[in-house]
Amino acid sequence: MDKNINIKVKIWRQRGPKEKGFFETYSLENISQGSSFLEMLDILNEKLINEGKEPVVFDHDCREGICGMCSLYINGHPHGPDEDVTTCQLHMRKFHDGETITVEPWRSAGFPVIRDLMVNRSAFDEIMQAGGYVSVNTGGVPDANSTPIPKNKAEMAMDAAACIGCGACVATCKNGSAMLFVSAKVSQLALLPQGRIEAARRAKAMVAKMDELGFGNCTNTGACEVECPKNISITNIARLNREFLSAKLKD
Amino acid sequence: MSWLISSSIGRKLMMSISGLFLILFLIFHMSMNLVMVFSMEAYDMICEFLGANWYAIVGTLVLAAGFIVHIIYATVLTLQNRKARGGNHYAVANKTSAEWSSKNMYVLGLAVFLFLCLHMYQFWFQMQFKELLHIEGAVVQGSAIVVPLFQQPLFVAIYLLAFAALWFHLTHGFWSALHTVGWNNTVWIGRLKTLSYIVATLIFIGFAIIPIYIYFCYSAVA
Repeated sequence: MDKNINIKVKIWRQRGPKEKGFFETYSLENISQGSSFLEMLDILNEKLINEGKEPVVFDHDCREGICGMCSLYINGHPHGPDEDVTTCQLHMRKFHDGETITVEPWRSAGFPVIRDLMVNRSAFDEIMQAGGYVSVNTGGVPDANSTPIPKNKAEMAMDAAACIGCGACVATCKNGSAMLFVSAKVSQLALLPQGRIEAARRAKAMVAKMDELGFGNCTNTGACEVECPKNISITNIARLNREFLSAKLKD
Repeated sequence: MSWLISSSIGRKLMMSISGLFLILFLIFHMSMNLVMVFSMEAYDMICEFLGANWYAIVGTLVLAAGFIVHIIYATVLTLQNRKARGGNHYAVANKTSAEWSSKNMYVLGLAVFLFLCLHMYQFWFQMQFKELLHIEGAVVQGSAIVVPLFQQPLFVAIYLLAFAALWFHLTHGFWSALHTVGWNNTVWIGRLKTLSYIVATLIFIGFAIIPIYIYFCYSAVA
């Protein structure tokens, strides 16, 4: 049964990208376990505003786990202790009465802190702009099944396309590597006939951009796939390696 | 070919290929060691065969190149990854469950490297190196070094510890190398990880037999 709990939240405060950050601890009483984690932060901010203090800045948008905007490194896990959910889908019933919850921003050289818990993830947009698309003259709407795609390929492409680009993979990686993200974005197109045409160029361009932006070298620890809220598999990384190497060998 | 240095996947490929080459060498080395269990004379014949001959020297140089590539790339990759991680560390340590060996490959590699320095001094320097430069006291018969060495419990322990570090290094290294060259999918990932443990364990047993055999059994025979 959900009940109301009293908690302490230890939150990273940082006024700007260049400022020195620090932790501040806040007490919250009577938080319903039925509320979501972000609702708890809303309650905290309401309280801070009423006290005339600066509210905590954090990223959020759709609050239903599909936009990839929310982040937060909660008690040693990106997106908190629950499995396969984003922070916005995390509920307070995962925490107990009297607990101190530590909330930190993503920490990686590729994602600099903008303020408090908000980090700059535009590096992911730049990687997508480098090649995460198909350039086709669409013409009219084609008939269904005019391009046959095997069932298993369609499913693998769909699984890869589930990536919402939240950056949890980079946040948890000891190498600060973005390989899970890039591999999902390369795979979702490389598996389909429409994406095959530009597959070689795409793999090379996206990997080059990823390296240029200072993300680390993947060492296959697999931490990313454990924390991914969308269950993206590291077998996508093997596919990206394959795509990239065969593209380079064809040059 | 500059992408083997400039691109992250290129650097990983070099790590992978050199690592797989070193695994092949380990299996080669282990097979020759195991000859000792059957016949010391045969082992000494192999040692003589791999003395200061041109083919043994070429082999040594290729092998040294493999080690150097693997070590230099490992150092560069580790430094780059530390930089990519950034200077800010999490207050609550990362609680994500990932295999311990996979997160400590450089430290494990360093342990193996330190052992390698000791091992090279104890064997290669006394044998091929001295023979090559005509330094006094070159040892031709391997058994003349192996047997007294492994009758000292300290060195048996050091060698076994190094093989244990190597076991951890290989449990991650083997499948990771094949993952990097792109040989993986949802079916093979499980197979390769299992195979990784089998390969690492076989190599561990193959090497560990020698010091244990000599310490416990050989003195009794001789």
